[in-house]
Amino acid sequence: MSYPEFLAQYGGRYIDGALITAAQFLLAAALAVVMALIMGVMKLSANPVSKGIAVVYIEFFRGTSLLVQLFWLFYVLPLFGLTFDKFTTGFVAVGLNLGAYGAELVRGAIQSVPKGQWEASYALSMSPATQMRRIILPQAFVAMLPPWGNLIIELLKGTALVALIAVSDLMFEARQINGSTYLSAQAFGTALIIYYIFARFLITPFMRWLERAMARRLGRG
Amino acid sequence: MMEDMSHYPLELTGPDVPMVRFMNVTKRYGALTVLDDLNLDVTEGEMVTIIGPSGSGKTTVLRMLMTLETINSGVIYVDGKPLTHMPKNGVLVPADAKYLRRARASIGMCFQHFNLFPHMTALENCMEGPVQVLGLSKREARERSEELLEMVGMIDKKDQHPSRLSGGQQQRVAIARALAMRPKVMLFDEVTSALDPEVIGEVTNVIRRLVSEHNLTMLMVTHQMGFARDISDRICFFFGGRIEEQGPPDALFGNPQRDRTKQFLSAVKEAD
Repeated sequence: MSYPEFLAQYGGRYIDGALITAAQFLLAAALAVVMALIMGVMKLSANPVSKGIAVVYIEFFRGTSLLVQLFWLFYVLPLFGLTFDKFTTGFVAVGLNLGAYGAELVRGAIQSVPKGQWEASYALSMSPATQMRRIILPQAFVAMLPPWGNLIIELLKGTALVALIAVSDLMFEARQINGSTYLSAQAFGTALIIYYIFARFLITPFMRWLERAMARRLGRG
Repeated sequence: MMEDMSHYPLELTGPDVPMVRFMNVTKRYGALTVLDDLNLDVTEGEMVTIIGPSGSGKTTVLRMLMTLETINSGVIYVDGKPLTHMPKNGVLVPADAKYLRRARASIGMCFQHFNLFPHMTALENCMEGPVQVLGLSKREARERSEELLEMVGMIDKKDQHPSRLSGGQQQRVAIARALAMRPKVMLFDEVTSALDPEVIGEVTNVIRRLVSEHNLTMLMVTHQMGFARDISDRICFFFGGRIEEQGPPDALFGNPQRDRTKQFLSAVKEAD
């Protein structure tokens, strides 16, 4: 079978798989960003309970394997009466895992904002929440965008693991097609190319655009 | 050890309530005493300049008044009300965050390194406090801010971000930003120390105007002795965490009484 024939026959399934991967990616990325913001801010909290929760979260999800976490959520939680469908389990595991890495980026970026910014906003009688929301986080965003670009690509690649709990994403389809055709080079090669297109032509340009837009807001554009 | 607070009044009353009163204020960093039992009154509309060698505690005075630093003992009053403490069951206790937020609203501060918000334009910098803290509408805040930017000569740069402004321009915006909160007391902490010599004048001129046209109470820390002498009502010379000598500028600069004051002033004159 020539490669065009292969594509003609299985292209539709790759597209279906790619759409599931895209959905997993977007949901996991949204969850990772939210978790990173909450936990990153909490880790800097003076309140020992808030700080403790953030430390446990970050240590657990950074210190153990994503694949094990995925299996744990999928196979172990039901034993405690908590059952999620596999699609939800997939993006939740990836989002929680990468969110832990993101939390450290958020924490580092907040700490990189000069002390004078805290003092100036304090001198305007702002509450800590207003300081964080209006003054500190907008500047921290700019500082953390480049490392987030890396993390988001890691996250995309991390979503390939959800195939192992039978979410029918791109990797899952590639494995299925390989299993029935034994055309490993074509089956996995096509998946590689699609992952690369996602990372190189969708995510990277978007992150660059975001960096430029943020730099413009600082008047540096 | 807890300080006995019973001899501090809950509120200053009488005909001559000062705008600012430091009462037995001590500040320590570990074993180092930065300010030692400071007593200082500043009357309404007065311009007081603090001078002294580095490490004498002069910047700490301003930072304590802005409540950026906590104090180890004593009480600071602003406009007759305690600033660092709040009344509770008839005695003063250390102020909580909420009380401090309200109390410090009567104080504005300008910093050596300006500390403008880099993600906002000059105008947005000035509007931020009035909108977010005082709850003014955007329109009111803009009117107030534009008026102040006009006064500091920065109205034509109002839509520029700080990164596009010179140090002197940034400091003038920072003064407008602090004034937009309508403080009763303004603090200037070495506001010209980070500036190139040729732009110092544009900042000192703004402060001169404030002194001559407004009845603001001001405390200033500076190394510009000539400027301090011109505009201050009183000079306080700090040494080793205490006021070594204070008086009207002509007396203190022209006829200092204490040896340390004489030494400091002659050392400064040589450096000029």
